[in-house]
Amino acid sequence: MRLRTTLGLFSLCAVLLLPAGAWAVADADNTFETTLANGMRVVVREDHRAPTAVQMVWYRVGSIDERDGVTGVAHVTEHMMFKGTPSVGPGEFNRRVAAVGGRDNAFTSTDYTAYFQQVPAAQLKTVMALEADRMRHLTLEPGGYSKEIQVIMEERRMRTDDQSSARVHEAMNAVAWQAHPYRRPVIGWMSDLEQMTVADVRDWYRRWYVPNNATLVIVGDVSHQQVFGWARQTYGAIPARALPERKQYEEPMQAGKRQLDVKAPADLPLLVMGWKVPRLNDPRKDVDPYALEMLAQILDGHDAARLPTALVKEQQVAVSVDTSYDSTNRGPSMFMLQASPRPGYTIDQLEQAIRGALTEVANKGVTEQELTRARSQLRSSEVYKKDSMMGQAMEIGMLETLGYGWQASPLMLDKLNQVTVADVQRVAQSYFKDDQLTIARLVPQPLDAAELAARAKRAEAVQAGGRH
Amino acid sequence: MIMKQMMKSLALAAALLSVQAMAAPVQSWTTAQGTRVYFIETHALPIVDVQISFLAGSAFDPADRVGLASMTASLLDQGAGTRNEKEVAETLADIGAQMTAGAGMDSASVTLRTLSDPERRTTAIALMTDAIARPHFDAGVFKRDQARSIAGLKEALTKPQVLSQRAYMSAIYPDHPYGRLATPESVAAMSRADLEQFWRQHYSAERASIALVGDLTRAEAEALAVQLTASLPADQREIPRTLPKPAASAAKVVRVDHPASQAHLLVGMPSVARDDPEQIALQVGNYTLGGGGFVSLLTKAVREDRGYAYSVYSYFDPKLVEGPFTIGLETKRSQADDALKVANGVLNDFLKRGPTPTQLKAAQDNIAGGFALRIDSNSKLAANLGVMAFYGLPTDWLEKYPERVRALTPEAIRAALQKHVRPEQLVTVRTAAD
Repeated sequence: MRLRTTLGLFSLCAVLLLPAGAWAVADADNTFETTLANGMRVVVREDHRAPTAVQMVWYRVGSIDERDGVTGVAHVTEHMMFKGTPSVGPGEFNRRVAAVGGRDNAFTSTDYTAYFQQVPAAQLKTVMALEADRMRHLTLEPGGYSKEIQVIMEERRMRTDDQSSARVHEAMNAVAWQAHPYRRPVIGWMSDLEQMTVADVRDWYRRWYVPNNATLVIVGDVSHQQVFGWARQTYGAIPARALPERKQYEEPMQAGKRQLDVKAPADLPLLVMGWKVPRLNDPRKDVDPYALEMLAQILDGHDAARLPTALVKEQQVAVSVDTSYDSTNRGPSMFMLQASPRPGYTIDQLEQAIRGALTEVANKGVTEQELTRARSQLRSSEVYKKDSMMGQAMEIGMLETLGYGWQASPLMLDKLNQVTVADVQRVAQSYFKDDQLTIARLVPQPLDAAELAARAKRAEAVQAGGRH
Repeated sequence: MIMKQMMKSLALAAALLSVQAMAAPVQSWTTAQGTRVYFIETHALPIVDVQISFLAGSAFDPADRVGLASMTASLLDQGAGTRNEKEVAETLADIGAQMTAGAGMDSASVTLRTLSDPERRTTAIALMTDAIARPHFDAGVFKRDQARSIAGLKEALTKPQVLSQRAYMSAIYPDHPYGRLATPESVAAMSRADLEQFWRQHYSAERASIALVGDLTRAEAEALAVQLTASLPADQREIPRTLPKPAASAAKVVRVDHPASQAHLLVGMPSVARDDPEQIALQVGNYTLGGGGFVSLLTKAVREDRGYAYSVYSYFDPKLVEGPFTIGLETKRSQADDALKVANGVLNDFLKRGPTPTQLKAAQDNIAGGFALRIDSNSKLAANLGVMAFYGLPTDWLEKYPERVRALTPEAIRAALQKHVRPEQLVTVRTAAD
């Protein structure tokens, strides 16, 4: 999750994102679901600790559903959702949410697009009506679009073009995936953004923004019966429409290590290693994705976990190390390790140290104590998660939209707890092969300000030329 | 007349809401050792959140050891009491507790989240007590983290946002601790003994405040506070507990070269202290100017109307002494002048006129009307309580906040803004701008 791209209309706080490998015990006693006649899923979790509520609407559409030439359109549509309908003018959505004391935002990832409002519980019905209105009636006015696309290009500059590590990840995805749409950045290539038109957005909106492609999630101080009633009145009035056929992308089996270098302003090199590994397909029958989640926890789940201990503290070849594996996606998964070498060590030495740590798990396995520790962390994070309504809504929405269903949560927790030391050793032996590995390196470029400023200026001139 | 009554009933509703939203009132006491404790008792979840803060932030760094406060705080939990670094981290993981330590400008804090069952809680509190009262400052750990810190700083010094922020702080606080910034050289000059000395000088019970939220009784909370503070270093009276007042800045423009595709623009000045009675008026005024996310004047003018920026904002950051007022935005480098002109235009216009009654009402509706959202989880309560305890805000600060927001007038906000934001003192930093 940590390394995965999720873009927001505004910068989103990282605490909204759930830690990898942490699943909630879904409380069947306070979670209620229904499906409206038009096919829209509704899940309500009653949490009466405070007089507030969160509404989220999740659309099962993300950059994975885009085509070449219009990359970024899922995210552009997310931005345009705030630009008005016939009954709620441009900017009025935000004003009305603010007027009832609420906060709102939205975010787009490879797999989904989601919208949310946090409000005093008494105001929930108001924001449900607002959100339902823009599911059907978005104006998509060209004047507003021409400004918003400029905002999104600024967002791309801020998030990717000027962030050396983001550039490494963008380039790495483009190399690791060849057939699968995960090769394209969620924010879109700059040249696609420059050529995009409001017609592309309208087309996207018409195809995907339908109730039968959406899940409503409400968590808070509400009565589920009342929410179901409001949902029928608001979202229920929107007719279903047939969804376009979704393409199934099969990434060809990678046969051979892939490597790339990215040059960018930086002082420290960065090494990113990603292995293709299974995603969670069947929460009931699968074993390996759970074992990989526990392996990630054992490698890097706390300050004394294997990788920080071996690389940062004992061998001292790294200043930092980060592990990421997300088993729950619509598309394929990668198990990623990322580290920066301590000055005095080469990136090759760092790579050898990482490989050494993985080989040790493959050869000698992990201890029962390490696994117990990982389980204990899982258990407490289940409790901590209940402190956040937003966190609970995120988990429900994600599980629903990715196709697992919110009820899969306790099952996943059980399965994680059943992982054995033998399972962990087996996945460490099976999946960390060079043939499925992609290695990206950031090659730091010193800040020679005058020379580099001239280069940046030329690049901008080229971009500006491209828009004519 | 009708309007007025409506306003009154709205204000009343907001106040009732806030009382209902608070899990329980804030309790407060001072321990025998002299530590201020703020406590909210709530048993809805089996969680305890603890934050202890000391007057030991980077503003207290010795002038020739800038970065010492941060380094000291970050080593607290890396070996303490009977446990070495590895054992501390393993024990925390074993009980599923989360502990962090770090320093800001004013305070250094250790925060802990643990399950509340007696076994885990006792272990977790023992770890936290050791971290603040019996840290090892192990020589090997220090050497290693000193090298990591230098490497991290060198990397940060290639980032336009970091360079911009540093140029800004040193320009608005030229002769003040807030404007002194750690460098690779200042970190390299530190020794292990410096950390231990800084800890002895700044981590006394008299310089500490504690915020507690969660599944504890009052008696348990009192015992916990005593345990945390009983073994801290004795206070050294001669070590200052206050900071000098920053001098007024003088308007100027600072340029920083960088090859980034976006210019990073900052405009601001030293502005408001935490104990300033006009602080709330400034926060409410800033909601309209650039704090209210999508609905602010800056967002409208810079982002919505012109498409100049993804991110544009303003904020007041009240500190022990005058903390900054800042406007920030990022835009492609060739557009820097235009974007800056628009942002300054919005600011100057707003300073002259202040909020309209409609704008003020919108701000009040959002801040007071949505107040429950600021306190609807233990972690939000703990964060608020941590600030209240450290700065010694009254215990009814949270509870009274909505009604104080409702009581403001456009005139009061305009007067506060004109006093605390002065065009002749605004410093502009242009990083990577053409």
